[in-house]
Amino acid sequence: MFEANQLSLAIWLPIIGGIAVLATGNDQRAALARIVALVVSIATLLVTLPLYSGFDKATGDMQFLEHYQWIPALNINYSLAIDGIALLLIMLTAFITIIVVISAWQVIQQKVAQYFAAFLIMEGLMIGVFSATDAILFYVFWEAMLIPMFLIIGIWGGPNRIYATIKFFLYTLLGSLLMLVALIYLYLKSGNSFALADMYAVKLSLTEQIWLFSAFFMAFAVKIPMFPVHTWLPDAHVEAPAGGSVVLAAIMLKMGAYGFIRFNLPITPDASHSLSGVIIALSLIAIVYISLVALAQTDMKKLIAYSSIAHMGFVTLGLFVFNKMAVEGAIIQMISHGFISGAMFLCVGVLYDRMHTRSMDDYGGVANTMPKFAAFMMFFAMANAGLPGTSGFVGEFLVILGVFQVNPWYAIIAGTTLVLGAAYTLWMYRRVIFGAVSNDNVKALKDINSREIFFLLILTLSVLIMGLWPAPFLETINASVDKLLTLAAVTKL
Amino acid sequence: MNNIFADIQLATPEIFVFSMACVILLVDRFTHERMPKASFLLTQLTLLVGLYLVYTTVPEGGAVRAFNDMFVLDGMATLTKLAVLFLTFIVLIYSYSYITERKMYRGEYFVLILNAVLGMMVMISASHFLTIYIGLELLSLSLYTLVAMNRHSGLATEAAMKYFVLGALASGMLLYGMSMIYGATGSLDIESIRDAIQGMESDDAMLILGLVFIVVGLGFKLGVVPFHMWIPAIYQGAPTSVVLFIGTAPKVAAFALIMRLLVEGFQGLAVSWSDMLVIIAILSMATGNLLAIVQTNLKRMLAFSTISHMGYFLLGILSANPNGYSASLFYILVYSFTSLAAFGLIIMMSRAGFEAEEISDYKGLNKRHPWFAFLVALVMFSMAGIPPTVGFFAKLSVIQALIDVEMYWLAVVAVLFAVIGAYYYLRIVKTVYFDKPETNEPIEAKSGMQFVLSLNVIALILIMPWIGIIMDACINAISTMG
Repeated sequence: MFEANQLSLAIWLPIIGGIAVLATGNDQRAALARIVALVVSIATLLVTLPLYSGFDKATGDMQFLEHYQWIPALNINYSLAIDGIALLLIMLTAFITIIVVISAWQVIQQKVAQYFAAFLIMEGLMIGVFSATDAILFYVFWEAMLIPMFLIIGIWGGPNRIYATIKFFLYTLLGSLLMLVALIYLYLKSGNSFALADMYAVKLSLTEQIWLFSAFFMAFAVKIPMFPVHTWLPDAHVEAPAGGSVVLAAIMLKMGAYGFIRFNLPITPDASHSLSGVIIALSLIAIVYISLVALAQTDMKKLIAYSSIAHMGFVTLGLFVFNKMAVEGAIIQMISHGFISGAMFLCVGVLYDRMHTRSMDDYGGVANTMPKFAAFMMFFAMANAGLPGTSGFVGEFLVILGVFQVNPWYAIIAGTTLVLGAAYTLWMYRRVIFGAVSNDNVKALKDINSREIFFLLILTLSVLIMGLWPAPFLETINASVDKLLTLAAVTKL
Repeated sequence: MNNIFADIQLATPEIFVFSMACVILLVDRFTHERMPKASFLLTQLTLLVGLYLVYTTVPEGGAVRAFNDMFVLDGMATLTKLAVLFLTFIVLIYSYSYITERKMYRGEYFVLILNAVLGMMVMISASHFLTIYIGLELLSLSLYTLVAMNRHSGLATEAAMKYFVLGALASGMLLYGMSMIYGATGSLDIESIRDAIQGMESDDAMLILGLVFIVVGLGFKLGVVPFHMWIPAIYQGAPTSVVLFIGTAPKVAAFALIMRLLVEGFQGLAVSWSDMLVIIAILSMATGNLLAIVQTNLKRMLAFSTISHMGYFLLGILSANPNGYSASLFYILVYSFTSLAAFGLIIMMSRAGFEAEEISDYKGLNKRHPWFAFLVALVMFSMAGIPPTVGFFAKLSVIQALIDVEMYWLAVVAVLFAVIGAYYYLRIVKTVYFDKPETNEPIEAKSGMQFVLSLNVIALILIMPWIGIIMDACINAISTMG
């Protein structure tokens, strides 16, 4: 039975596990809640491993199909399947969730069960988004995700959390609902079918495609987020607890890019081509302008949030030049950014737990009191700046190479990020870590404990492995990217 | 010549409910002192047997008419009657402790409820202007009295007065419209009217004027903008147990009323009433959602939310095809059960002397009672139409109906107002989860009710895998209409 329903298992195991964690009740049994959460998150990762080992890398077709009738009246089905791109993102989700659970072990002391339950339920929903092949099923997972995230930021977030979480929710809801209208339009166009495969096949005029593209764009651009609809992200990130920031940056932002891959490119190929100039322009603005904005930040989390926007600019840039190398680079960048931004937010979380401030001015000379931490953070800062040998380099390099083949000017503009990224990351690092011990609070800092070393070490290894040997990742997505580019190249007019 | 016994058989559920209402009125005189619970239990029994009778008197095939075509029984009637009886059954479970604590527990309360139920059942099965009017008035008069039931409350009395005056005005409008239609077509029978309209010019002045009055009357009864003024006053002023009733079962009955009048009677004028409903729907979504934002009283906020939901509900009807009607039927069923849960939660939180109707009363509920906080959040997300709650599928079905008839702009308008609507529902979730509690008083749970209420709320999300069955039932119900 599990053989046939592996994807369902990966979706529902964490959701049911989350409910189980919730059932452990109030904070007196917090220890139990933590252990159950850890077990469930590890079990979920174990469940996703057979997906990788059983995956046929030679084909770009959807695999691990599941199909059940759900709402016959509207021809909505519970149908799941994945390709290589979805597979990597699912594994990233399962992996990051474990890190989040471990990182919150001691930090979260209030409503522990609810905290862990929210993350586990969200994990299931995110895996659902990556594996749904029915548009409404996709939409249900996509929107349902907002609820746990809304609560995570609102309950455990910083001082301005309520403003941030409501802004986050309404921003994303507006985009998603327009996408819903587009999905229903496609449903009627494709002869009453919500199956993505049918939507890929339906003929559409250029005007229709541009409208549909815009509706999808609203939903996905907000999630990525692209300039100019990025303003919710710094607020949400800054106010979210460390775990929330990690999930937000490492996985939720990828959903927007995943949406472009699943919806915009194959469903509206002609509009994608005719509007690619706009997307490329917005991506380049995100890369250059947002990097400059990041330079001006004094709040560490805000800086990393802006750096995320800039890095995601690479992803959209890579997707819309329709070049295989660039698309592969974009996908590698998605995964790599998951590791690096997650690690950066965790590093800030480590400092914040000790000092309860995110302002760089309150730090200085941390290396003197926290040498081990300083070493880890150095590594991640370098990775964030795209140092060769780290995973950050592979994605950016592939995108720039691919883009160069299409238009050297784009590549040159995008290349400035290698300078700007290094500038803002290292500048932050210098202000926080180096120099003389600036105040008594810093003097009293304790270095990271073995739990913190553990999760930072795992992330370090991931970044290194992916940076030094990206071949397994590229092999996994190779056929799927070919399929995607074929779909995006066929005109639908 | 119709066989009178066959006719009576079709109306068994109505006859039974009416007889039981009389019996309870009598029995209550004797059991009031010694066995006060008897009237409550008898009423619940009546509703259960009523459910069974409605379920078993389904006619073979499509629509069956009786009593010289004054009465019709079809799939739509069966489904909506079942919903009305079931909703009332739950309403009474939720109301029991509320009315006992507030000394409103009297036999008349149940008799009035049963009369209202009877009125709705008659209205649902009406196939003639007279039957419609009788059913509607029986419902309305019972509701006016129920609102005034708590006679020591000034607010309730004021609400009842407003309700009565505006309700009477609405009935007058409806009646006036009906008389014009009678003048134009020479008939009060809905089928004959439909046939007569087929043979007439669709811009016949008398006909259109009559239709306008009927739509205005329906608008009043439904509480849609610009005929919505009574809704906030009633929702705020009336006892919560009565609002719970007004906000659920009669909404389903109103759907049937609209179907009988507009869809069955004025099929030929669909273009005209559809345009009127477009304006009403947009105004309702706008006014309801915008004014709800500024409310501080939860009952009042839910009143404005009801207005906006009625706007969404009309979106399906105004698409003027069976797909749209079944979408609206599905919407109204989902809405009734969500609103049942919402008012159930207010009752749950209240106790004698404390109505729990200010939004601030819910501050930090998560710290005081996490389970109730979770229930409140679920209900609010369902009202806002966020998946995976059933509210999403309701919105999905009406928007789908709109796009099906190529009203893209209206679909986008509906979606934009849904985002505005989400804001004030989120504000409740915010109050419950993010704010600090003002008191740490424990909440005394009414155990029996808590169980049913929890089931009610959890069903809003757990129904997901079976939602197709309900949608199919709605489609079947519409397809059997005459």
